[in-house]
Amino acid sequence: MNRKIRENFKLYTGMLISGLMLILAVIGLKFTPYDPNEMDVSSRLAGISMAHVMGCDNFGRDIFSRILAGIGTTMTVAVGTVFIGIVLGTVVGALTGYYGGRVDEILMRFNDAVLAFPALLLALVFISVMGPGKYNVMTALGILFAPGYARIIRGEFLRCRNLDYVQSAKLMGAGDMRIMFVHILPNAFQVMLSTIAIGFNNAVLAEAGMSFLGIGVQPPDPSLGLMLSEAQSYLFVRPGYAICTGIAIVLLILGFSMLSEGLENNA
Amino acid sequence: MRYIGKKLITMLVTVLIVTLLVFFAFRVIPGDPAVNMLGIKATPEKVERLREQMGLNRPLIIRYLEWLKDFFFGDMGKSYSYGSSVSDMLKSKIPITVALTLISFLFVIAIAIPLGIHTAKHEDKWYSKVLDVLNQIMMSVPPFFIGMLLTYLFGIILRWFTPGGYVSYRDSFAGFISYLILPSLAIAIPKAAMTNKLLKSSLLKESRLDYVRTAYSRGNSTSEVLYKHVLKNAMIPVITFLGMTLADIVAGSLIVEQVFSIPGIGRLLITSISNRDYPVVQAIITIIACIVILNNFIVDVLYKMIDPRISR
Repeated sequence: MNRKIRENFKLYTGMLISGLMLILAVIGLKFTPYDPNEMDVSSRLAGISMAHVMGCDNFGRDIFSRILAGIGTTMTVAVGTVFIGIVLGTVVGALTGYYGGRVDEILMRFNDAVLAFPALLLALVFISVMGPGKYNVMTALGILFAPGYARIIRGEFLRCRNLDYVQSAKLMGAGDMRIMFVHILPNAFQVMLSTIAIGFNNAVLAEAGMSFLGIGVQPPDPSLGLMLSEAQSYLFVRPGYAICTGIAIVLLILGFSMLSEGLENNA
Repeated sequence: MRYIGKKLITMLVTVLIVTLLVFFAFRVIPGDPAVNMLGIKATPEKVERLREQMGLNRPLIIRYLEWLKDFFFGDMGKSYSYGSSVSDMLKSKIPITVALTLISFLFVIAIAIPLGIHTAKHEDKWYSKVLDVLNQIMMSVPPFFIGMLLTYLFGIILRWFTPGGYVSYRDSFAGFISYLILPSLAIAIPKAAMTNKLLKSSLLKESRLDYVRTAYSRGNSTSEVLYKHVLKNAMIPVITFLGMTLADIVAGSLIVEQVFSIPGIGRLLITSISNRDYPVVQAIITIIACIVILNNFIVDVLYKMIDPRISR
């Protein structure tokens, strides 16, 4: 092992695992070996064979295809969640950090209140009001992740707003919006990287948990959490179903958490 | 004292914000509760009378204050689907979830602290790298999956317990506690792994500081330095983390209750969400929120007591 890799073993392993899962997700969204929702009564709970590498579930659907598609769904939800969270968080964090004042004070109080809670709990409130489904999960989690991002962005803006390069941009006649989003934001983004990775991690965990409870992604959309809760009923006959699905979730989370730690060490 | 007062005010403000959010969140839902109760065929006069009775005609802010007052005195309204009082429904379920949470928390402490000290002491042994990798993996396993693995191992292969054979604490307290051991472990393992990692890095960071060298030079033995000096300082970030963990454990227990079919408030919450039984959902969320806020307050105060340097 060369020295550079050993120095940041976590970053490279994290990149490797997450990269692999990303490829599987892309395959899962389009090119699964079988249609993940195609039921086949004759192969109900079929064991491992050449045709079905992980066997079939209680409706005769190919488990391997469903896991691939599930990774695709989970990844899509995670990307959507982090995207919504970052956009909202950046706008709020940038405005409050740059202008400060009373609005900043009130919004940060509000932020702290939201941050003090387990995201899952607040997501349940959202879901019980808006109803379950893929897009509602994305929106709920995205809104809940925003305060975390807002706090980091705000800190960076607070630090940067009096630096020389901002002052000189001001003297050049740049407007507030231009200073915020063209000058300061690119500098603040470096700090965000590891937080973004941990955001993916939390999104995967929350989505899997909610779908497991049956209030997240709804069938027929394949989801790892939902599959795990189905697999629980067949733990006695087909333990492989639960174990393969669970390992997929673990790998997703492991990849993102190592990536985040590696990025933190790198910074 | 001033610090505690300040934190107390912050706590009350947070309670207000959260209850306000929860209250209004459940008012945004389309549909009139009076119409829901009477059915769509009811005459407008009847609906109007019921709205008057239920107090739906008054301004929202008054209704919020009324609701807060009733909630404070233990009147949480009536369940839509069962018609019974919400506080009666919760009374028998809260102890179950509280027991599950506390046992899990004890497991986290009992596993993570000795393990963290041990791994930090033996940093340079050959197996420490292996333990690190295992720890990293354990951190990434969601509690519900650990729960299923434990069910498979202990329930199906070893047959030490009956999956789904929950024992009520009214029937047998010992049986109740022993049924909760596996679910608690499922919740505790990932959290213990995180705590272990934090404690280890905190201990290693602390042991490189000057005061440690001074303590050694004064003739203290390794364990004296470790337990009397280093551990005390290294525990500060760990205690903050454990405080946040307790809130996460409450959320985790909601899911794990489902895996082990434990009839705690988690299961009630999930069924109520599916049945759109809003008074129940609202009450449970508010109770958990208050527990979490109280927990954060206690952590803040503890933190101050351990480390007098902190004064925010």
